[in-house]
Amino acid sequence: MVRHRHALPGFRITLAITLAYVGLVVVGPLLGLVAKAASLDWSSIQALLTNPRSLAAFRVSFGTAAVASVVNVPLGLLLAWTLTRYRFAGRAVMDALIDLPFALPTAVAGVALTTLYGDDGWIGAPLAQIGVSVAYAPLGIGVALLFVGLPFVVRSLQPVLAALGRESEEVALTLGASPLQIFRRVILPPLIPAALTGMGMAFARGVGEYGSVIFIAGNRPMVSEIVPLLIVSKLEQFDYPGAAVLGSAMLVLSLAILLGLGRLQYRGAA
Amino acid sequence: MNAGIGEPRWVRVGLVMAGVAAMGLLLVLPLVLVFVQAFSKGAVFLWQSLAAPDAVAAIRLTVLVAAIAVPINTVFGLAAAWCVSRFRFPGRAVLVAMIDLPFSVSPVIAGLIYVLLFGLQGWFGPMLERHDIHIIFAVPGIVLATVFVTSPFVARQLMPLMASQGILEEEAALTLGASGWQMFRRVTLPRIGWALLTGVLLCTARAMGEFGAVSVVSGHIRGLTNTMPLQVEILYNEYQSAAAFALSALLTCLALVTIAVRGVLEWRGRAATQRGQRAVWMRA
Repeated sequence: MVRHRHALPGFRITLAITLAYVGLVVVGPLLGLVAKAASLDWSSIQALLTNPRSLAAFRVSFGTAAVASVVNVPLGLLLAWTLTRYRFAGRAVMDALIDLPFALPTAVAGVALTTLYGDDGWIGAPLAQIGVSVAYAPLGIGVALLFVGLPFVVRSLQPVLAALGRESEEVALTLGASPLQIFRRVILPPLIPAALTGMGMAFARGVGEYGSVIFIAGNRPMVSEIVPLLIVSKLEQFDYPGAAVLGSAMLVLSLAILLGLGRLQYRGAA
Repeated sequence: MNAGIGEPRWVRVGLVMAGVAAMGLLLVLPLVLVFVQAFSKGAVFLWQSLAAPDAVAAIRLTVLVAAIAVPINTVFGLAAAWCVSRFRFPGRAVLVAMIDLPFSVSPVIAGLIYVLLFGLQGWFGPMLERHDIHIIFAVPGIVLATVFVTSPFVARQLMPLMASQGILEEEAALTLGASGWQMFRRVTLPRIGWALLTGVLLCTARAMGEFGAVSVVSGHIRGLTNTMPLQVEILYNEYQSAAAFALSALLTCLALVTIAVRGVLEWRGRAATQRGQRAVWMRA
């Protein structure tokens, strides 16, 4: 559009506001974080990142987020499928409620899930009888991340499912394909990029999630302590450099995920 | 529903039932539990917990923080969406990524960066200490962390819409002699109105519900630096479960209202867009 300069006003002032704001509120403070971490020498950075407690926290954070986001794919597909394909009583309410984990404050989700899955909770008690304890264990973290991640998968899949149309399925049917073949060969392929995008977004969110996790996790070092909580406990001991190193590592990793997602969406659009 | 093709009836019914069950177990049950727990000691107790001085202070602070953060981010969102969607310039894609960045940063890091800037051992800590200015473990820090976390909401809502709308109508207004401000008020604003309201709504909901970022900078001083979500945490950790769920119920109502209003806004927005398209058709 630079070619044929149009006469719309306000470019300089809005750009100045945006640059100043993004610089002061977002980029500047984030650079401050990285600068703080970089002010340490390499061997202490390495020691901070590779000590057993940090490694365990990274394993817990990334492991539970990965498992939860993978489990969310079939769950999200089931919900997206029923919501876009079928008309039934209460569908509109159900569709709206998918956004609940987006809208519900994470602390509320945290205390509600902990009470629900605790050993005397509505779901926790029956599970405890068969010897499965969810709360205060990595499994509880997974449940919380399942909750916060679900809408990402559903909302990524819904528009693709709605745009799919039934024509290609009809063609496949007339060509003699079985229902299972239609699902695998016709319906599934175009859904894969959207499913991966939703899964990636749920994963990225899950890795950094704090509020809904810390209540149910039990927060035992080496077992159920997530990286964000380890950062908080370092801050509480006024170990600013330690917190900065862990925070920078998280930042770099989430930027890498973001970059990967961008490529995925680009390829999905192409 | 096309009767000739599609899954057999038992598959459809089975899938819908499985969907409803998954939904009920994962999303509805926690929702129901919040209200059951909130009323577990009766409505009087619920009211007393909400009217307790610390709870009232938390509600006040939450509203105050949102009242500061949301207008700031609305102005920013409008400015950002205008320059990004109406003009092409080098580095535009990078700027959009920077605008989106707070969405993908852990809330704990959002708090951490301000502690590292303004905390006692932070970059500006000693200077602030000399002038007796308190940002961390005080209200300004809570506002800053909230501003960071909620900054993309309005911009994100407006950018794709404004990009898809194009600039023809605004150029027409200018050719007809409108000033920049008139063009914005009479042409741009009515066309983005519903999306703007949606952005403001989502921004407000997040500003009032943010936990992680605020928790890091707050210091948890009762009656002074506790927002509603932080008060929920404190009450819950003190085994005052019914009181914690009373505040949780209030926040849950807020979330439900947000979802409902958003649905209405999107519906109105779609209707407005379709009307606009019809109007364009008629002019053609």
